[in-house]
Amino acid sequence: MLFTSAIITGLGLGAMYGLLALGFHITYVVSNTVNFSQGSSMMLGAVLGYTFAVTLGWPMPFAVIMALALCGVFGLAVERFLVRPFADRGSNAWLMATIAGGIVLDNVVLFTFGKEPRSFPSPLATDAINVLGVGAYPLQLIIPVVGIVAAAIFSFVLRNTKYGKAMLAVVQNAEAARLMGIDTRFVIAGAFALSTILAGVAGLLIAPLYNVSAGMGLVFGIKAFATAILGGITSAWGVVIAGLLYGLVEALTTAFLGSTYTQIVAFSMIIAALFFMPNGLLGSAGIKKV
Amino acid sequence: MTTKTMFSMTRRHVLATATVAALAAMTGVTPAHAADTIKVGLIASLSGPSAKSGEAITRGLTVAIDEINAAGGLLGKQVELLRRDDENNPGKGLVAARELVQREKVAVLFGGLQTPVSLAIVPFMNQSKAVFMGPWAAGTPITQNGAKENYIFRVSAFDSMVGVALVDRAVSVHGAKKPGMMLINNPWGESNEKSLLVALKAKGMENAGIEKIEQSDIDVVPQLTRLKSNGADAIFMVANVGPSAQVMKSLERMNWNVPVVSHWGPAGGRFSELGGPRAKDVEMIQTFTFSGNPSPKAAEMMAKLKKHFPEIKGEADVTPAVGIANAYDGMHLAALAIKNAGSTDGPAVRKGFYNIKSYDGLIKTYEMPFSPEKHDALGPDDLVFTQFIDGKIIPVK
Repeated sequence: MLFTSAIITGLGLGAMYGLLALGFHITYVVSNTVNFSQGSSMMLGAVLGYTFAVTLGWPMPFAVIMALALCGVFGLAVERFLVRPFADRGSNAWLMATIAGGIVLDNVVLFTFGKEPRSFPSPLATDAINVLGVGAYPLQLIIPVVGIVAAAIFSFVLRNTKYGKAMLAVVQNAEAARLMGIDTRFVIAGAFALSTILAGVAGLLIAPLYNVSAGMGLVFGIKAFATAILGGITSAWGVVIAGLLYGLVEALTTAFLGSTYTQIVAFSMIIAALFFMPNGLLGSAGIKKV
Repeated sequence: MTTKTMFSMTRRHVLATATVAALAAMTGVTPAHAADTIKVGLIASLSGPSAKSGEAITRGLTVAIDEINAAGGLLGKQVELLRRDDENNPGKGLVAARELVQREKVAVLFGGLQTPVSLAIVPFMNQSKAVFMGPWAAGTPITQNGAKENYIFRVSAFDSMVGVALVDRAVSVHGAKKPGMMLINNPWGESNEKSLLVALKAKGMENAGIEKIEQSDIDVVPQLTRLKSNGADAIFMVANVGPSAQVMKSLERMNWNVPVVSHWGPAGGRFSELGGPRAKDVEMIQTFTFSGNPSPKAAEMMAKLKKHFPEIKGEADVTPAVGIANAYDGMHLAALAIKNAGSTDGPAVRKGFYNIKSYDGLIKTYEMPFSPEKHDALGPDDLVFTQFIDGKIIPVK
C-alpha cells in the first residue's frame, strides 16, 4: 500500500514537473533561451482559470480555453519584451529579465487576486476512487497521461511536420533559416506562447489538488528547471521522463525514508546524474556546426 | 578635465549632504509629530497566505489603542500605530524591527506572526533594550531566550504548553496510545516536535513517527501512510493553513478516519474552503473564541469591532479571533507597563511589566501576569479546543 500510494503520488507530481519542463525544452530548442518565469506562468493559468470559472461563473471549457489563451499572450509578451531585446544583442540578460518578469507577475496577482490561497473545486478531485487498494482522485491519474501525450505530440511535431522542422532549423542557424523563407520571429514567439500554455495546463491541472495563490508556482518552476536539465533540455521525451522520475524519487523517498530526507535525496540524485551524464538523460551534446 | 570636475562636484555634494545630515542629527530634527505621540510598532505578515492573521492583530491593536486614546492617551500623549509587512520573511522582519526601533523609536514592538520571524528579531530587541510583545508566534524559545535582560513578553499560547494540551486531548478524549506527528518543516515545527516529545515522555507514551510537511507539498499521502502503517491512532498537526489543508485532503483520499489534534495553524485563513470535507474534523487549540463565549467583554468587543470595521458583519468575519484577542490584551498590558514606568524607556517599561498587578482583559483576568521568570501571560488553563465549521471557529462540544 505504501508503495502503490507513493507511485500514484509520484507520477502525478512528476508529470507536473514534466509539463513545465517541456516549456523550458521548447523555447530552448528553438532559440537557446528559456523563460524562467515558467512557475509564474503556471500560477497564471490556475489564477485565471479560478477567476473565470469560479469568480465569474463561466462554463468550465470556456474558462479553460480563455485562461490558456491569455497564458499564451503572456508568453508572447515575455518573448517580445523580456527575451528578444537582449537575445538580439547577443546578451544573456534575458535570464534575469524573465526572472524579474515572473516576480512582477506574482506581485501583480497578489494585489489583484488577493492574499489568501483559494480552493479550486473540480468534479475530478472530489470523490476518491480505489486504485489497487489505494484512494486516488481521477485527476491524479489523468495528469501523467496528459504529460506523456504532450511529450509524444511534441516529439512527433518536431520531427515530422513542416513547422517542427522549421523550429529546428531556426536553432541550427537562424540566419540561414530566415534566408530559406522561414519566419524566425514567428517561430520563436510561437515557441514561447506554447511554453506558457503548457505551464498554464500544468497550473489548471494542479489547482484542484493544491490551492490557488500568487506564490504557488515558485517551487514548481525551480524543480521543473532542475528536471529539464536532468532530462537533457534538448529532448522532449527526456524532460518528461526526468520529470516523472524526479516525482517518483520524491514520493518514494518520503514513503520509505521519511520526509526529512526528501529534498536531500532528490537533489543529490540530480547532481549525481549530471556528473555521470553531463547532457542529461536523453539530451545530446551541443555541437554547433559552423 | 571634465571627469575631474564631475568627481569634485560629486564629492562636494556628498560632503554637503553629510553635513546637513549631521546637523540634523545634532539638533534633533525629526518628523514634527514624533514627539507628540507614543508610537507602537507592528511587524507581521500583512500580505501572503497569513495576511488574515496579520489583519486580526491589526484589528485588536486598533480597538485597544482607540480605547486608550479615548481615555486620554498614555503619559498625556496619544498612541499611534505603525505597521510594517514582514512577508513572512525573517530578514525583512529584522530590517523592519531596526527601522521601527532605531528611527521611529517605538515604545513597544508587536510582532512576528511566525516563529522564524520572531526568532530573528528577538536578539536585536534584547541588545537594543527595546520591548517586544508577541501576540501570536508560539515558539517556546521566543520568550525563553536565555538573555540576561529579557525584553520579550508574550500574550499567546506557546509550544511547550500547547504540547501538553495536545497530548492530554489525544489521550483523554480519543484514547490515543501511539500518536503520530505531521509537522511543518521549519523552526516552528521543530519547536513543537520537542515539546510534543517531552509531553509524550511525561506520560510514558511512544509515538508512531514524526513526519515533515513542506509548504509546497501537494500530496502528503506518503507521510500519512507511513504513520498509518506504524499504527498511529491520532495525529498531532502543526502547520499553517495551506499545508494543514493538504493533510486533511490527503486523509480524505485515504479514507482514514483518525482524530487530528492541531496547533492553531489552520486558524489563519480559509481553512474550511481549502481543507475540503474533513476540515471540520480538526480539533484545534485557541486562546479565545467569540462563538460560544458567554463573557460580556466578548460581546462588547464584537460590537466595537463591527463599529470600527464596517466589513465585519458576524463571527465568520473575525477569524482568527486569537489574533484580535491576544493583540488587544497585549496592548492594554503594554499600556499598563508604560504607565507603571512613567516613560517609554525600554528598561523602565520592562520593569513596568513586572509591576502589573491585575488587568481584567478579554481572554481572562490577569493577576501578576509577568515576572522576571515568567514572560508568558497565558497558561494551559487558558486554552480552548475548537472546530472550524462553515468558516467559523467554535468550541468543540
